Amino acid sequence: MANTVEQTIHCYHCGEEADTIITAHDKHFCCEGCRSVYEILNKSGMCDYYDLSANPGVSQRVKVREDKFAFLDDKTIGASLLSFRDEEQSHITFYLPQIHCSSCLWLLENLHKLDGGVISGKVNFPRKEVDVIFSNHEISLRKVAELLTRIGYEPYISLNNLDRKKKFYDRSKIFKLGVAGFCFANIMLLSFPEYLGIDHMEESMLQVFRFINLFLSLPVFFYSATEFYSSAWKGLKHRFLNIDAPIVLAVFVTFGRSIYEVLANTGGGYFDSMAGIVFFMLVGRVLQDKTYRQLSFERDYTSYFPVAVTRIQDEKEEIVSLPDIRLDDTLLIHNQELVPADGIITRGNALIDYSFVTGESLPVEKAMGEIVYAGGKQVNGAIEILVIKEVSQSYLTRLWNKEQQHQAVDSERSFVHSLARYFTVILFTIALGAAAYWYFNDPSRAWDAVTAVLIVACPCALLLCNTFTNGNILRILGNHRLYLRNAQAIEDIANVDHIVFDKTGTLTTGRYQDVDYSGKLLPEQLRVSIASLVSQSTHPMSKAILRWLNKTERRPVKDFKEVPGKGLQGRVDQYEIRLGSGLFISGAPAVGNAQSEVHLSVNEELMGVFSFRNHYRDEIPELLKTLQRKYPLTILSGDNAGEKRYLRGLLGKGPGIFFNQSPEAKLYAIKDLQAHGRKVMMIGDGLNDAGALRQADVGIAISEESNSFTPASDGILGADKLKFLDRFIQLCKTNRRIVMFAFVISVIYNIVGLSFAVQGTLSPLIAAILMPASSLTILLITFGISNLLAVKLRSQQG
Amino acid sequence: MQVIIILMLASIAVAGLFLGCFIWSIKKGQYDDEVSPPVRMLFEDKPGSTPSR
Repeated sequence: MANTVEQTIHCYHCGEEADTIITAHDKHFCCEGCRSVYEILNKSGMCDYYDLSANPGVSQRVKVREDKFAFLDDKTIGASLLSFRDEEQSHITFYLPQIHCSSCLWLLENLHKLDGGVISGKVNFPRKEVDVIFSNHEISLRKVAELLTRIGYEPYISLNNLDRKKKFYDRSKIFKLGVAGFCFANIMLLSFPEYLGIDHMEESMLQVFRFINLFLSLPVFFYSATEFYSSAWKGLKHRFLNIDAPIVLAVFVTFGRSIYEVLANTGGGYFDSMAGIVFFMLVGRVLQDKTYRQLSFERDYTSYFPVAVTRIQDEKEEIVSLPDIRLDDTLLIHNQELVPADGIITRGNALIDYSFVTGESLPVEKAMGEIVYAGGKQVNGAIEILVIKEVSQSYLTRLWNKEQQHQAVDSERSFVHSLARYFTVILFTIALGAAAYWYFNDPSRAWDAVTAVLIVACPCALLLCNTFTNGNILRILGNHRLYLRNAQAIEDIANVDHIVFDKTGTLTTGRYQDVDYSGKLLPEQLRVSIASLVSQSTHPMSKAILRWLNKTERRPVKDFKEVPGKGLQGRVDQYEIRLGSGLFISGAPAVGNAQSEVHLSVNEELMGVFSFRNHYRDEIPELLKTLQRKYPLTILSGDNAGEKRYLRGLLGKGPGIFFNQSPEAKLYAIKDLQAHGRKVMMIGDGLNDAGALRQADVGIAISEESNSFTPASDGILGADKLKFLDRFIQLCKTNRRIVMFAFVISVIYNIVGLSFAVQGTLSPLIAAILMPASSLTILLITFGISNLLAVKLRSQQG
Repeated sequence: MQVIIILMLASIAVAGLFLGCFIWSIKKGQYDDEVSPPVRMLFEDKPGSTPSR
């Protein structure tokens, strides 16, 4: 592993580039955390972990506070998290966002080798969960959580886990599909004698076959097809004729006529056609509804907030679960903990990281007496706050509750339904026409003709091509890391005519800061010294300066001191270096844009100032230019107007660029656009965009990693794929064209079928050939075209 | 030819058995996690033994 030729050394545990190298057991580690995980595993002889995949760990640079999981000792909190408990053992499901490879799987399922108290661990990979069973006598819940933390898998326990409902996945559609498939296949097989003809000698046998068919069609009619009944009924109750209504009509007519034929011994009926359409349509529905279970589109604030916090009462610390926090309580917020309720700082220096909320990665300094809002993460020692608003009343949660009212979404606005309506009207006209014609010419055939028309011309082909295309497009987009909540989102994206972007965290990335330096020239040797100093700090500004200096050589640092929220200092070689805020360096109070400036002094002499700018994601200028040609754009930023000139230069005069936007202002900006008849797509990332994302016709949340938390939205887009947004929109637009094209094909089939039907000569055989033939053609067309588009999309991305 | 009815009933019964298996396997959650079972079966049980690659 030790490779001296390599310029950068990667951590043996997590594979990250190591700034400061710690060597132990001939392996290199980037931090103490990674090393200690290795040692724990090494001691138990579990280094297979490192053989299964290379550098399987997750960086352990941010240390977890020692008694972070103390709240799990609390009986009521512990009990509400456990899924099962008896005298001997307890079961718990932890969510571990770090799970990502087969090594993780192996380690977590061998937990019993690390600690005898653990009976077993079982991983659910897509959900990133582990079910742990442990013995009550040998280990406590808190110890289990701490064991996982020690080996680098810190469980994520949020308020959401507390009132945990039994996780239930609706599998009824799959069951219905299975039953329909079983009945369809058997009915088809048993219908062969009917189609191929049978000896007169065996005439009685035919009746047996028919009755078996009738019997087999019962579960399809009374169980599998109920999916469509309920949806059609729901539509009718709202005085809305959706696509399922004519399908239900067709199923009823087919079933009724088939039963009549069998009982009256006049024919075999159309049981196989009926079972067939139900089966194929269910396949389409299941494909379309295959959603991304591991992603949650319905997050509310409870999945961000911790389960419990420390409350200080009568000089004593106690653990209190979040819903029990009352007004005027004093809370102790430890380093790396989330502020759970709005409050006033009463002790300590707050340095709040609001990146959850705003996407801004630089922490904000707050002094005693200032208000901190819930949702920020304290990153600088412990502070105490006095609660001024209860959790459910805080700024962010209120915003959340407010937007709940807008949630009533009309799910039946798809163009497919209006198409189906025209279709139904034309169908009834033809049926009535045929009935009238035969009534005057040969009344005995009128009944046959009308039912045949209704059977053959059900818009199942339209439903099929819609569900199959949607399902396929969802899958293609998912392969490109745009995960949509449901099929309706595809159509909503296609209809968008105004795009709104959040700036911080969306157009810019929270990962890097662009650094500008102005001041005296820095000699090479000084640069190395500064790099050595800042490499000691984990502050994002230090990291940015380190990247800007671009030096790999390190010198020993003496007298290192970091004053959180102010700056850092130390002695490297002959230099006494101080870096920090203006106040820290020169004692002068901050002026202007002080939040994003770092002053540098060497040997008491002011050298210069580093200023920081958010780094725009790659290819964002190109994306904005392309989009601008097709859509009006708006940019809403919660920041100050510092970057107005840059954005204006990028976008020209046209688009609206608004700064200092509060979360409510963003929401109302979207509402305003909608009031002007716009279909708005909102692209944002933080909790402060949550209201706007919900209000917009399509809200897309940007996510840096697949397991990070995003606000509730219609879709989640991987940050590195944002530059392809334009092409994704194009793909959604073609979706509709594919459906229309497939629909035209199905209409041609329908015309053929109808020409038999109106003459009253539709035999079950013709129906049995037409139905699967049209379904299969449509499947081939939709899959063919959409996969062709997928190939095109991939080649465009290079 | 009456035998064909018996054959038919038998074949439907067999098919029904498989339908039952299908529903059972879904209810048991066998399709919930399609990633870990194929990996899990390759793990060696004894600690310290390096899987051959």
